[in-house]
Amino acid sequence: MADKIRIATAPLAGCFGCHMSLLDIDERLLDLIEVAEFDCSPLNDFKRVGSADIGLIEGGVANTENVETLRDFRRHCRILVAVGACAVNGGIPAMRNQFDLRDCLEESYVNGIGVENPMIPNDPEIPLLLDKVHPIHEVVKIDYFLPGCPPSADSIWTFLTELIEGRPVSFPYTQIHYD
Amino acid sequence: MNTRKTFRMDGRTIPFEDGQSIIDAALAAGEYIPHLCHNPEFTPHGSCRVCTVDVDGRMVSACTQPAAEGQQVVNNSDPVNHYRRRLLQMLFVEGNHVCPGCEKSGACQLQAVAYYTGMLAPHFTHFFPRREVDASHPDTVIDFNRCILCELCVRASRDVDGKNVFSISGRGIQSRLIINSNTGRLGDSDYDRADKAASVCPVGAILPKHQGYEVPIGERLYDQRPISVVGDVAQAKQGDNGDG
Repeated sequence: MADKIRIATAPLAGCFGCHMSLLDIDERLLDLIEVAEFDCSPLNDFKRVGSADIGLIEGGVANTENVETLRDFRRHCRILVAVGACAVNGGIPAMRNQFDLRDCLEESYVNGIGVENPMIPNDPEIPLLLDKVHPIHEVVKIDYFLPGCPPSADSIWTFLTELIEGRPVSFPYTQIHYD
Repeated sequence: MNTRKTFRMDGRTIPFEDGQSIIDAALAAGEYIPHLCHNPEFTPHGSCRVCTVDVDGRMVSACTQPAAEGQQVVNNSDPVNHYRRRLLQMLFVEGNHVCPGCEKSGACQLQAVAYYTGMLAPHFTHFFPRREVDASHPDTVIDFNRCILCELCVRASRDVDGKNVFSISGRGIQSRLIINSNTGRLGDSDYDRADKAASVCPVGAILPKHQGYEVPIGERLYDQRPISVVGDVAQAKQGDNGDG
């Protein structure tokens, strides 16, 4: 067990599609767990990252909790990977950067259709939203980028196998796409 | 008879005629040089610099550099493609290019050239500029978030349509596409969907309405094969076959 590669994963401001795509490697998961084991991940519900060889980050940075999680991962992962469009360039959540944050909140919680008891949530337990959504490479150093919305299971598999086997990572043409 | 003039590119001999640019000579020989603002149907513009090649040790844009006898051109090399990738990354962070939310995805030349050069990430810090969408015309929408200032619509409207609907205003980072109408909106201009300008945009800035996903994502021009194979090189090769 001690020799196994440790993989940690985290969802930031994303839709969980990249994690679904990771699961979409299907029975190859059995091959993966021959050589790797999961540190903290929403897949096993461990909450804090221990010490990992590979950290996979889905989603961009949209709030203070995202910043903390991302920095924690950077401290504890030897190799940190931006997985998917949102981690790579902000993706769909970053489309809110076109608007003032207050306008977004008022649209959702004050003026939106069907809103009852309108008020902008301000419970101290709710992470504060950042003014803009950022790609993760703007916050910490990132070692590898895997684009796609989501990256296909095949491209995730190509990436993980080549990285774990210590080969230079290269993809067939159809495995790299931004959409 | 004169022997044909030639230059060398990546180990291949490329014939050319006097006055022909490096990119057009290469295209005629079936060799792809990445490009965005260049379209063989229009006067070269030389603004995107993505067609940069190494000619005898100097970096020049292949669309504006005349071919010359005996030139040694390096096109598809790691250093040249690295330089192109940096230019593309700057184009990506200067605008708002959200591929998952763009109708042009899969048929977009900016995206396809980025795939070709192996771009995996934007590298630079995003500007996230705030730009408008002009949906005032019944047949066409203009999303200024995606404009890369290639001036192909400007050239098409001016040189082919004879209308001067588009122009570039401002300088440097303030440069932007503007529309020639009293309101500055496309719906109030002379633009028509049958114009040449309607079909030359290499990105998703000028988009026809009402047909967004008729061709599904995954089945579009650059989804399965690279632009170096299915782009205008393919058309040039087809033309050759037709003539021959």
